[in-house]
Amino acid sequence: MTTVRISDDAVTRACGADKVVSAFEKLGWTVERVSSWGMHWLEPLVEVNGVGWGPVTADRVAEIAEGKADDLCIGPVAAHPFIASQQRLTFARAGKTRPLSLDDYAATGGWAGLDRARAIGGERVLAEMIQSGLRGRGGAGFPAGIKWQTVAKASGERKYVVCNADEGDSGTFADRMVMEGDPFALIEGMAICAHAVGAGQGYVYLRSEYPDAIAKMNAAIDLAADRIAPFRMEVRVGAGAYVCGEETSLLNSLEGKRGEVRAKPPLPALQGLFGCPTVVNNVLTLAAVPHILTDGGAEAYENLGMGRSKGTMPIQIAGNVKQGGLYETAFGVTLRELVYDIAGGTASGRPAKAVQVGGPLGAYIHPDQFDIAFDYEAYTAANALIGHGGIVVFDDTADMAALARFAMTFCAAESCGKCTPCRIGSVRGMEIIERILAGGRKADAVEVLPQMHNVRDAERSLEEQVALLEDLCETMKFGSLCALGGFTPYPVLSALRHWPEDFGLTKQAVPA
Amino acid sequence: MSISLEAIVARHADRDGPLLPILHDVQAEIGAIDAGTETRIAHLLNLTRAEVHGVVSFYHDFKAQADPRPVVHICRAEACQARGIEAMMPAVAAAAGDRVRVETVYCLGLCSVGPNARIGDDLHARLDEGALTKLVERA
Repeated sequence: MTTVRISDDAVTRACGADKVVSAFEKLGWTVERVSSWGMHWLEPLVEVNGVGWGPVTADRVAEIAEGKADDLCIGPVAAHPFIASQQRLTFARAGKTRPLSLDDYAATGGWAGLDRARAIGGERVLAEMIQSGLRGRGGAGFPAGIKWQTVAKASGERKYVVCNADEGDSGTFADRMVMEGDPFALIEGMAICAHAVGAGQGYVYLRSEYPDAIAKMNAAIDLAADRIAPFRMEVRVGAGAYVCGEETSLLNSLEGKRGEVRAKPPLPALQGLFGCPTVVNNVLTLAAVPHILTDGGAEAYENLGMGRSKGTMPIQIAGNVKQGGLYETAFGVTLRELVYDIAGGTASGRPAKAVQVGGPLGAYIHPDQFDIAFDYEAYTAANALIGHGGIVVFDDTADMAALARFAMTFCAAESCGKCTPCRIGSVRGMEIIERILAGGRKADAVEVLPQMHNVRDAERSLEEQVALLEDLCETMKFGSLCALGGFTPYPVLSALRHWPEDFGLTKQAVPA
Repeated sequence: MSISLEAIVARHADRDGPLLPILHDVQAEIGAIDAGTETRIAHLLNLTRAEVHGVVSFYHDFKAQADPRPVVHICRAEACQARGIEAMMPAVAAAAGDRVRVETVYCLGLCSVGPNARIGDDLHARLDEGALTKLVERA
């Protein structure tokens, strides 16, 4: 009993795992660096013969080596309620394998999907992808099989597979966990896609804020190069622009240009990278593919979930929660279950006030709406979005007006500048929210000049400021080229509608 | 310095759309991408300087002027706000003074264990005000 398993995921390392590792090594133990189980509040989690301790600090290592430290012991890790209640497909290997071990990958069913895909041919791969009902996990929820089919049918000598790993949304980290914990699954998914659509080259566009993931993906691509040949893959590192998570902006960035959004049409599936037909899929979409392509996988996937949201969603629980981490489950779970049962409520112990689902462009959801089921259509109907599946919980100290203002500030800072509603609307939105918070604004020195004939001389009431903000949000929503300007109104308007008191407004001042 | 710039460009010669990887290397190895460097990169890639400048100025990671000070990246996105980062920022600014450059980053992907910071390639999580100011002081 001298082998201990400790994750080398960025979360675990940021929580001090490397010191724990050296403490075990000093005692003469063998340390196996595996992927993270996804129970982040317990990291660094230490596993000996299936039994876990966490969160561990270096000074507790000697006790754990003797089988003590009962206060940190969580018993068998796989039986922990947080893990046992999940349905893990994309994260089936989480906590169990060494990320860069080809042996571990092959021993846990790796490459079965790719081998089968090559045996049954591209046509059937496309048919099974469509059957599975897998929808793009990046946020838009477009059926992946249909996108692949479009690229497969498009004419062109060169085609590309691009993996969107520019996971910029706050509260999301599932892409990072796949790339750091199970990089071969993503590579296999991309190789299957390349085989089905006839692409020779793949790119992983990875954000520069993920140094660990960049190193792991580069190493994994080198190791798997022979296995996926003739398909070739390359990691391209982003440069700190949030908007490059938008697919057309990402393609421009890959081409070495400013990350400005392109107007659609033409769709990237027909004219994408360097003008060639290109599949652009999120990490989670591509990492779900190997499972779907195993024998009977597509049918099993189709039978999970609800409505038109098929399969499982890796939900990322973050913000002010007791038990944050990665929770993969079939669609249909409610926020109430996620926030109170699974996450154990807020870390501060105060009542939950709001949950933002879907990153900085997602709506703030009020506790009254916590029964809404995790499903693309249900969220759309509630003026909200699932996005990339991140949920950020806030306790009752959160200032919703400040968060609404932040949403506009963020949009202004990250706008690519191509379209006016986003570039200018975000700045104007910030100003209107500030005016509402200041209780209105008096006419300034220029506005009262006698020659300013077309300036309104009456002050705007708070109701009129609110109407102005709603008008602006309407313009941004329908006039912006991409989701950055188009979805920024979601957090702003949901904060305004559900928590008008934080803006110094009465309920009556805000039309529903 | 002119040798190393050409070496960097040559390193990426066989890539399609090589500008971003080149700029990353220049930023890391030379410390900044100033007007003169833009002109030379443009010349080597057969682009206009305007095209190169447009790319350099678009991305947060590229700087026109070298700054020798240590840098601490602090996440101030929603998840870290929910865990109290904003209240710590005055103390961080005081600890940094003019000696350390504090940069805001929108998300390091450690959202369940925030507030978080990054120094170089080292990530730090579960920071409270004391731990964060200590990090800044030692940077």
